[in-house]
Amino acid sequence: MTSQSNAIPESESRGINTQVIAPAEIPATRRMYWSVRRELWESRSIYIAPLAVAALFLVGFLISTIHLPDKMRAAVALNPEQQHELIEQPYDFAALLIMATTLIVAVFYCLDALHGERRDRSILFWKSLPVSDLTTVLSKASIPIVVLPLLTFAITVVTQLIMLLFSTAVLLGSGLSVTTLWTHVPLFHMSLGLLYHLLAIHGFWYAPMFGWLLLVSAWARRAPFLWAALPLLAIGAVEKIAFNTSHFAAMLGYRLGGDPGGAGFPASSMSMDSPTHLAVVQLLISPGLWIGLALTAAFLAAAVRLRRYQGPI
Amino acid sequence: MTCIEARGLRKAFGTTIALDGIDLRVEEGRILGLIGPNGAGKTTALNAILGLTPYQGELKVLGRDPWTERDLLMRDVSFVADVAVLPRWIRVSQALDYVAGVHPRFDRAKTEGFLAKTTIRHASKVRELSKGMVAQLHLALVMAIDAKLLVLDEPTLGLDILYRKQFYDSLLNDYFDRSRTIVVTTHQVEEIQDVLTDVMFINRGRIVLSCSMEEVESRYLELMVHPNQVAAARALKPIHERQVFGRNILLFDRVDRQQLAALGDVRTPSIADLFVAVVGDQASQAQGAAR
Repeated sequence: MTSQSNAIPESESRGINTQVIAPAEIPATRRMYWSVRRELWESRSIYIAPLAVAALFLVGFLISTIHLPDKMRAAVALNPEQQHELIEQPYDFAALLIMATTLIVAVFYCLDALHGERRDRSILFWKSLPVSDLTTVLSKASIPIVVLPLLTFAITVVTQLIMLLFSTAVLLGSGLSVTTLWTHVPLFHMSLGLLYHLLAIHGFWYAPMFGWLLLVSAWARRAPFLWAALPLLAIGAVEKIAFNTSHFAAMLGYRLGGDPGGAGFPASSMSMDSPTHLAVVQLLISPGLWIGLALTAAFLAAAVRLRRYQGPI
Repeated sequence: MTCIEARGLRKAFGTTIALDGIDLRVEEGRILGLIGPNGAGKTTALNAILGLTPYQGELKVLGRDPWTERDLLMRDVSFVADVAVLPRWIRVSQALDYVAGVHPRFDRAKTEGFLAKTTIRHASKVRELSKGMVAQLHLALVMAIDAKLLVLDEPTLGLDILYRKQFYDSLLNDYFDRSRTIVVTTHQVEEIQDVLTDVMFINRGRIVLSCSMEEVESRYLELMVHPNQVAAARALKPIHERQVFGRNILLFDRVDRQQLAALGDVRTPSIADLFVAVVGDQASQAQGAAR
């Protein structure tokens, strides 16, 4: 290809060139911000699903407050511990329900995150923009690891606040004291515990699970859900048949049970109590946490690499 | 300045060789048409240039290695890889917000200007737009990016003729300014031949012909022979011969114009005819050869 024969006078092209103003750089944080916003545009279930569940729960709860005055009168007869359990129970249940919803949303989000863009060919559009594969994968990983826990926290706290205020209004309306209610529902204290739980468990402890799902989503040509689940089942089954042991299954259970270090967070109770110093330290020194984070980094690095090679399917 | 430079560019998919050691040099300010039958390696070559696929050999686009530096390269390169790659869920306003958010050389006002001439509304989702409107939107986004290189791979596939005409008109009038370089592939060769400054024929992973349009005009001549001069014309070794309405049309490479004029009517061949002459024999087995 030669260009000697370019018929256009040089001066004209120079004139146009000088009008071009050197554009400012776009900082990496801004590219990340817009990439995360893009994910929220695409997957609106990220916030619609927990909001819908919270709204439904509130409707149910508001109807149930018809019996609240009776319940409070009955509670007087119980000892303080039983009292606490009875009164706090719906608040814990609200948190549990919203958390379960966002966990399900997170799993399906991850499975589709790097698969959907290849299926609808839009990866060709995204790759035509100056956004690296690393930024893209990190923005997608930040949804289950950072955005969803924080969103769960905000929605849960607002839901619990509405519950508490409405209960207060009902009790005041029937001329009962609200002191018992307020002492057994320490909202601020509960929120701290919730935030810690969400960041520690949903953010850090479950991170390798999300990393794995994103990796499969980047790799699978079809049925990412099956590719994510079947190999794990297969490994467990082969181990059982070959050695009659179930270390792999136990390991998975340990991870999914949300029980870092075997202490601090009994998996069975979604404790609303504030974290003790001991629990935080136990989490931070548990090798499981750090092995998990290292695995997450490895899975995400592999997903970044895969996205570079992958085109539309 | 050299925009694209490739030496020994190779790419194989299993045993199929898509690019068989291509050498290529595209200077700044050119509009290059990459023309070839289906499966000739056009898209593979473009994908390599755009950093969408790994390759063997040497390749520099605007001085960068596209495979390892795609994200940096995309500040100066924009491309329309196919019609309908805009995500269907995105709103027009969101697409504008996103590109403005991540692209340092995107001029939002320009896109708004292009869109104002269409019936596309900001609140619409891409899935609600017609195929032509999606292509218009994509082009409006791409043309508002102050890129040094624009790559278009079948940018008008499946669009109606009015739109296709409009597309190339606005590309030339509103976008191309001689400091930019455009590489375009299409099957509608006749629609772009007036736009191109250079043409490259590619077949079976190899470059069959690469020259400027001026060179095409000075080298190749098409002769509609007087019936009684056919034998004399054939003696001048045409590279291709075909019949239209019972008259023989012969295509010559580097034959004196005056000499031919004595034998019939001489004109410059169309790119499509030249393509058939140069690539035709090999490509006629491949389906969908360009006309």
